[in-house]
Amino acid sequence: MTCEWREKLDRYVDAELSGSELTEMEAHLRACPACAADALSRLQLKRMTEAAGRRYSPSPEFRRKIEKSVAAPERSRWLSWWLPTFAAAAAGALLLISVFLWTQHSRGEQTLGELADLHVATLASANPVDVVSTDRHTVKPWFQGKLPFSFNLPELQDSPFKLIGGRLAYLQQSPGAQLVFEVRKHRISVFIFQNRAELSGLNSGPSWLRKKLTFNGETWTEGGLRYFVVGDANPADVHALSELLKIAG
Amino acid sequence: MTDRRTNAESFEALAMPMFAPLYNFAHWLTQNREEAEDLVQETYLKALKGFVTFQQGSNFRAWMFRILRNTFLTSRSGLSAKMTVPLDLEEDLAALPVTPDTPESLLLTRANQKAVEAALERLPVAFREVILLCDMEEMSYQEIAETLGIPAGTVMSRLSRARKALRELIAAGSQGAAK
Repeated sequence: MTCEWREKLDRYVDAELSGSELTEMEAHLRACPACAADALSRLQLKRMTEAAGRRYSPSPEFRRKIEKSVAAPERSRWLSWWLPTFAAAAAGALLLISVFLWTQHSRGEQTLGELADLHVATLASANPVDVVSTDRHTVKPWFQGKLPFSFNLPELQDSPFKLIGGRLAYLQQSPGAQLVFEVRKHRISVFIFQNRAELSGLNSGPSWLRKKLTFNGETWTEGGLRYFVVGDANPADVHALSELLKIAG
Repeated sequence: MTDRRTNAESFEALAMPMFAPLYNFAHWLTQNREEAEDLVQETYLKALKGFVTFQQGSNFRAWMFRILRNTFLTSRSGLSAKMTVPLDLEEDLAALPVTPDTPESLLLTRANQKAVEAALERLPVAFREVILLCDMEEMSYQEIAETLGIPAGTVMSRLSRARKALRELIAAGSQGAAK
């Protein structure tokens, strides 16, 4: 017993019929018990195959392995992209830091040059100081209102140093105090400025300062202030004055 | 880079939901857990690598199953399986008489899941895969055609022949068990 519809039954069961074909098939199945039984049988087989087919499950370990293998190459590609970028950024940063330090360094040299010039100008001037006094209690108040900071002057009794006086000095457009001392006919300038980034990096040894200043000198920071001691006095005297200032500061 | 990353992210999102079905299919093909795992792993690696060539908008599921199947066919067990499957008579199958009122179709109602599983195992791979893709994965004929790389008409005839073979195997199994 054959029917022309039989060959379409698989397509019917597999939901591959549509439109008029499906409508006609449904009408035929209502009219033809043989085809209806066949369709039911095919549908049963399909359902049983479906159930039997879902037989194997992957292990959780294997799932993790695949998840990792799908994600891992991406991470490594991410790294392979980021590592050179990071290295380049680090190299760039290093270069910037070097340039910055070098700039700072050369700025420092410039600063020392300016200080040496100020000291020489003071020595050459007919009026080297604006406030002429050997009394620190006269000199210090003179700066009040002229500077955005205050400082202490050392007690010079029992020392070879003599205060000559003081004047306003400008270093890189910033005001500061220049104090002139005398020791054994040598004059020493003491400069006091507010410490700034451009002035840091100057904490080098006396020999380096001497080379750059063409004078003996010392420099340090204390209480947010930068001190420079510059003069043609011998290094020991420069050092001694520096120590007195540090004690006073 | 961002594209590649997005690419891999979308691959993961598309491919991982198919993991269990792909594994099940691989196990049915290889009949061996280790081989199935190797097959699935290779499939995922190949697919990830080739994802850039995947045409957006085309059938991703068919694409994944095709990669798995092609990988299987070139594997050792795949090559031996292919050699034992006769596929040359497919074109004649449209004329194959379907006899649903025979005893084996009635036996089917009594066949349990184990019997169907056993029959599926004994089915040639080419029949097994087309039945599983259609009945278990519920792929359309068109999807199956894409997966297997054959015309949709061939899908229909192969499916018809595969189902006939399956019925016979179930019937033989049931009769064997009854004896």
